[in-house]
Amino acid sequence: MLRGLPRRIAGLLATLLAASFVIFSAVYAAPGDPAVLLSGSRQELTPEKLAAVRAEYHLDEPLVVQYGRWLWESAQGDLGRSFQYRDQVADLIAARLPTTLELVAYATVFFVVLGVGSGVLAALRRGWVDSAVVGGTTLAASIPSFVAAIALVSLFGVQLGWFPVTGQGEGFAGRLHHLTLPAFALALGALAVISRVTRQAMAEAYASDHVEAARAAGLTEREIVVRHVLRNALGPIVTMCGLVMAGMLAGTVVVETAFGLSGVGSLLVSAITTHDFPVTQAVLLLMVIGYVVVTTLVDLVHPLIDPRVSLAGKAA
Amino acid sequence: MTTLTAGALLPVKVRARRPVPVMLAGGFLALVVVAAVFAPLLAPYAPDAVDLSASLAGTSPEHLLGTDASGQDLLSRVLYGARSSLLAPLALLALAALLGITMGTVAAWYGGWVDTLLSRVTDVMYAFPGLLFVVLVIAVFGDGLTTSVVAVGLAYAPTIARYTRSLALSERSKPYIDAYRVQGMGGARICVRHLVPNLSGALVGYLVVLFGEGLMSLATLSYLGFGAGSPSIDWGLMVQEGQDAVVQGALLPALVPGTAIAAVVVAFNIVGVWVSDRLGQGR
Repeated sequence: MLRGLPRRIAGLLATLLAASFVIFSAVYAAPGDPAVLLSGSRQELTPEKLAAVRAEYHLDEPLVVQYGRWLWESAQGDLGRSFQYRDQVADLIAARLPTTLELVAYATVFFVVLGVGSGVLAALRRGWVDSAVVGGTTLAASIPSFVAAIALVSLFGVQLGWFPVTGQGEGFAGRLHHLTLPAFALALGALAVISRVTRQAMAEAYASDHVEAARAAGLTEREIVVRHVLRNALGPIVTMCGLVMAGMLAGTVVVETAFGLSGVGSLLVSAITTHDFPVTQAVLLLMVIGYVVVTTLVDLVHPLIDPRVSLAGKAA
Repeated sequence: MTTLTAGALLPVKVRARRPVPVMLAGGFLALVVVAAVFAPLLAPYAPDAVDLSASLAGTSPEHLLGTDASGQDLLSRVLYGARSSLLAPLALLALAALLGITMGTVAAWYGGWVDTLLSRVTDVMYAFPGLLFVVLVIAVFGDGLTTSVVAVGLAYAPTIARYTRSLALSERSKPYIDAYRVQGMGGARICVRHLVPNLSGALVGYLVVLFGEGLMSLATLSYLGFGAGSPSIDWGLMVQEGQDAVVQGALLPALVPGTAIAAVVVAFNIVGVWVSDRLGQGR
């Protein structure tokens, strides 16, 4: 079962190296002097300041050497200094990471419970329930998260006053209360995907011969669903949940901005607007690493849930 | 618009039956296109006519969908906004399709290093979740609608290329391709004149779905302040501009353009899924 593992990890490292190189060398793709871009401000550049930036980023060295240095320093937690905040980038990110992770975790609870639940329901109750779930997920998948955010704030925040509109909250219950609307806005698209995957996987598992055999053996419908249909459908469902959760890292950029939360996603947006390139690079690197590592982990876990799938080859 | 071009490609037998949601979605999209084209005739006000005495007005006979903070008529702005909100995804799709279909066909036909290069580029692109690759391009080249369109176009190209490649690989092994080859026709000519046109059915359905996605991506970028800039009228930008009023209790400035985006994307998804189901059937 572990036969494909070294190859997977080599692939992971290769992808990370390539992606980090793209992030690092993007500065050189820009028209003009990279020192100007890296200095943040586009005006008032004295030759002294440019020279200082050049020295700080070792811009006179070959690209590969610079990249190697950046990668080495990043790996040790030294992500450089922000031009905007005059702060260590690592500290900036560390201060904001908990909010982002809480948001993603809360949204994951939402989409797993509601997505898998509605998918199972749609697969079991054909007819109008199925149509309602399919229609609802089509709608949910088509609403951009920032529109969902505004609609949720309008309805539950302003009109009904159930949830706070701004701020991050105090204590666990307070934070949960404040993060409910953002988490739901973030989860909406994912919920639709998971619901569809669950419905599809359940329907396929239902159609297989062993379910017919179990029914002929006299098992109750409930036992068949839980032990044979859901169990067999679990592989694709868990895989998809993992992939969607990893993709949510990027979704936080929009949702945190819409709700004015101070997380890593909104940090990226403000870094780009203020031309704070070290912060932009660091946040992008962090999100890409998170995404690639989680998707690889999901791949590795898949054979544990569904022994028919092996790491070395494709699905049996 | 979409249903017509798509329908024209279908055999008559299949064209007869269309489910109700698809008809509704197609009709709605046709209306939106008409609204965008005839915005100057339909709009009751100039989209940038400021009237501070009517700031944040609700729905009324004068302003059917209310006004924003500077008293600009929201109906007029949504009608005008349909133009850039529809044209930009069209441009982005044209770019992505041109690049993607070319790359995909070349990779499938010639294989070798082109194929390897395509799969390496795709791997790296796929390491960036969501819009993050686009965000990187914008961070380097600056914001603006043109940069956004090009960046999203570049981000979509590998996906289209991968899809085209898989279609072209199975099409290439069909006997009629060998027949052309035996007649002495060159590879490039077979691809352009015969292979790609024969894939167009499946590709069109895919592109219709991508159109909705592209519209959503560009609206998101505009909302974040990376896309269309302030004087221009764009749905995503309108949501951002109207957002502050929501907390004051005026919901229309953000909800009207937001609903427009969601409705158009839903319609494109319904039509797109239907088109790819129909056109994919022959395969």
